[in-house]
Order: sequence, then structure tokens, then C-alpha cells
Amino acid sequence: MSPGIDFAAEVTKTSTGEALQFWVLAAVALIGALATVFMKKAVHSALALVTTMMCLAIFYLAQGAVFLGIVQIVVYTGAIMMLFLFVLMLVGVSSVDSLKETLKGQRIAAVGLGLGFGILLVAGIANASITHFTALATKTPGGRPVYPAETNDEALRAASQGNVQGLAHQIFTKYIWAFEMTSALLITAAVGAMVLAHRERLVPRKTQRELSEERVRENKQVAPLPTPGVYARHNAVDVAALLPDGSVSQLSINGTLRARGQIRDVSAEAVHSVAELESAGADADDEAWPDESDGPSSAPVPTARQEHDDADSSSGGGSGNEVAAGAGSKEGRP
Amino acid sequence: MNPVNYLYLSALLFTIGAAGVLLRRNAIVVFMCVELMLNACNLAFVTFGRMHDNLDGQIIAFFTMVVAACEVVVGLSIIIAIFRSRRSASVDDASLMKW
Repeated sequence: MSPGIDFAAEVTKTSTGEALQFWVLAAVALIGALATVFMKKAVHSALALVTTMMCLAIFYLAQGAVFLGIVQIVVYTGAIMMLFLFVLMLVGVSSVDSLKETLKGQRIAAVGLGLGFGILLVAGIANASITHFTALATKTPGGRPVYPAETNDEALRAASQGNVQGLAHQIFTKYIWAFEMTSALLITAAVGAMVLAHRERLVPRKTQRELSEERVRENKQVAPLPTPGVYARHNAVDVAALLPDGSVSQLSINGTLRARGQIRDVSAEAVHSVAELESAGADADDEAWPDESDGPSSAPVPTARQEHDDADSSSGGGSGNEVAAGAGSKEGRP
Repeated sequence: MNPVNYLYLSALLFTIGAAGVLLRRNAIVVFMCVELMLNACNLAFVTFGRMHDNLDGQIIAFFTMVVAACEVVVGLSIIIAIFRSRRSASVDDASLMKW
């Protein structure tokens, strides 16, 4: 656009401020990119990628591409990455990368190819003998390009009014066909997304009645699924219900938590406390049981008493259930 | 600082993205690595535009962003469609057309 500018002295250095922000943010961007590749969970990868994109946006701003910098933040980190996170939540939170190699030696080959490619690229750039930047000289400290306002070149005059004006002039004159193609592309993408993501329902949705009848017919899990943490000490959703033998009931935990491996298994603890209870109960029974017959109320059942003993012996993790059970059995005592 | 460092950074980011595409199995992460490569290209475009003192580099980067947005929309809906039929987002599982 500006072969006619002759006052653009050849400069090879940026300002110190820009150099400083480059070295700091380049490190951050590289770490973000590496984290994108190597993080185990896809959500962490997405967040690392957001970091890298933010750094790139600042690089655009520093290089005078004000419009692109803002678009990078608004469109890329704001819209596209959020779309990624949406789909991740919809699809892949539970999906962990398989470590099995389907192709033999693929990992090593990939790393080798990556390294080779990187070395090739860097060597190519280093070989290209880029010694000067013309644009640097035509910028004022504010980053705004200074063009001769009296020039006959309309593009130059537009560019002298600012980054957005310059871009607009170019897009709507020189690149108008590319711009029109873009609109066709966007329409096609929108229609394509609707076609691909839309699911045609071939059979009507089953009602609750039909579902329950089906369960009875199959005679599989006729009763509702067990709820998590249905015993006195824990009632959090990630604590699995215990089966009679003290093992964990996987069914009682939400499928997502199960896939993430976020089940809090307290079965060992429970077995331990039961054992404690039994040993404590052996000597406690002698004095505790006779009292019950002449107590003011016969409400407390043995289980409530056991809970009370349990709470006494293990003095921790006070939940509401425990207190209620304890109060019930205390009433039974004189 | 020589501004050519921006190009080196862009090359490194592109390489990391390419390695990620080859290494990862989760389709969404692969996709994010593709985005990283596109972004690295954009940085190179903007830097080249600045080198030659014109706006064409920025305009190409702008069009790249538009194309990337379309690509993300279509690609993510393909991933959702595959996930619906196979209950998996791993690229290894979509092997129906494997020779």
C-alpha cells in the first residue's frame, strides 16, 4: 500500500517497553500453549488456550493492530473458547484421553516430527535476512500511523485516520469479494451446524409410566436407584451408599462424578467405626441396657443408641443426623 | 528487541499446536490445538503486515478469524454428532471408515 513513502527510515529495534512486554508475555504464551497440549483435563487445556490467546491479543495491540486485538479478545476468547467450554461440558468432561497407542510408535514419531518442523521453521525465519521493519519508523509513540494526509492515495488517507478506518477501506474496496465470500461461508456454517447438531426424534419420547412399566417387565432395578450417603454420618452426594457387606454401591453416585473418579469412599472408615462400636458396646451394654426398662420413654431403639455410642467414641464429623440420634438416645437415659 | 522475534514466537506456537494435534486423542483438545495453530498464523500475518507497512496482513488475519469461527462451529457440531452416536469424543473411536 505504501511504496511511495520515502521517509520511512529503516529501523531494526522496537521500543524498550515493547521488548519488555514481548519477553514477559511470550513466555506466558508459550507456557499456555504447552499446557494446552499437555494438560490432562480438557477444561484445563481450554483455560490454558485462553491465556495464550489473551497474550496474542496484547501482541496485536502492541503492533498497532488495534481492531484485531479487540476482535481477538471478544470473538476468540469471548465467543469461540466459551463455545468450546460449552461443548466440553456437554460431551467431554468425563472423557479422559486414552493412553493406549493405536499406532505403534506414533507418540515418538509425533514428537520427532514436531521438533523437526519447529527447527525447520525457526531456521527458515533466521535465514530470511529480515533486517529492518519499515513500519516502525512511521509510527508515533502512540502507535498511530502517520501518513501524509495530502496524498492522493485514498487508502493511505483512510489509514491515516486510524486502524479501523484503514481496515474498513481495504475490506470494502480491495477485498470486497473475499468479504462477500465470507458472508456465504458464515451462512453455510450456521446451516451446517444446525443440520449436524439437530437430532430428528424417530420415536416419541417415553413417558414416566412407560419407563416404569418397562423396568418392571425387564425386572432389572425395579426400585429406584440407591441415594448417595444414606447412612448417618455422611450425606454428601459424592459419598457412595454402602452395601450390607460394607462395599461401595456405584449406582448411588451420579454418572458424571463416577466418570471423573470423584467418589469419596468412606467404607473403610465405616467398617472401622463399626468395629470400634462393637468393642465399645461390649462393656457399655452392661450398664446401658438395664436403664432402658425404667426410662421415661421407650422411644430410642438400639440403632439410635448405637449411633450415640458411635458419636461418643469417634468425636468428629458432627452431622445433623448424629446429633438427632444422640439426642434421641439421651432421652432414653435417666 | 528485533521484531523478528514475533515470527519466532509464532513458529513455536504453530509447532506446539501441530504436535498437539498429533499427540492428543480427545477430539476437542485436537480442535483446540488447531485453533492454536491458526492463532500463530495470525500473529505471523500481523507481524508481516507491520514489517511491510501495510494493512493487508491484518486483513488476512481478520479473514482467518472468520474462517476459524466457521470451522469451530461446524467442527464442534460434528463432534457432538459423533458423540451422540458413539458416546465418545476420542478420535480413536471414530474408525468406521478405516481401511
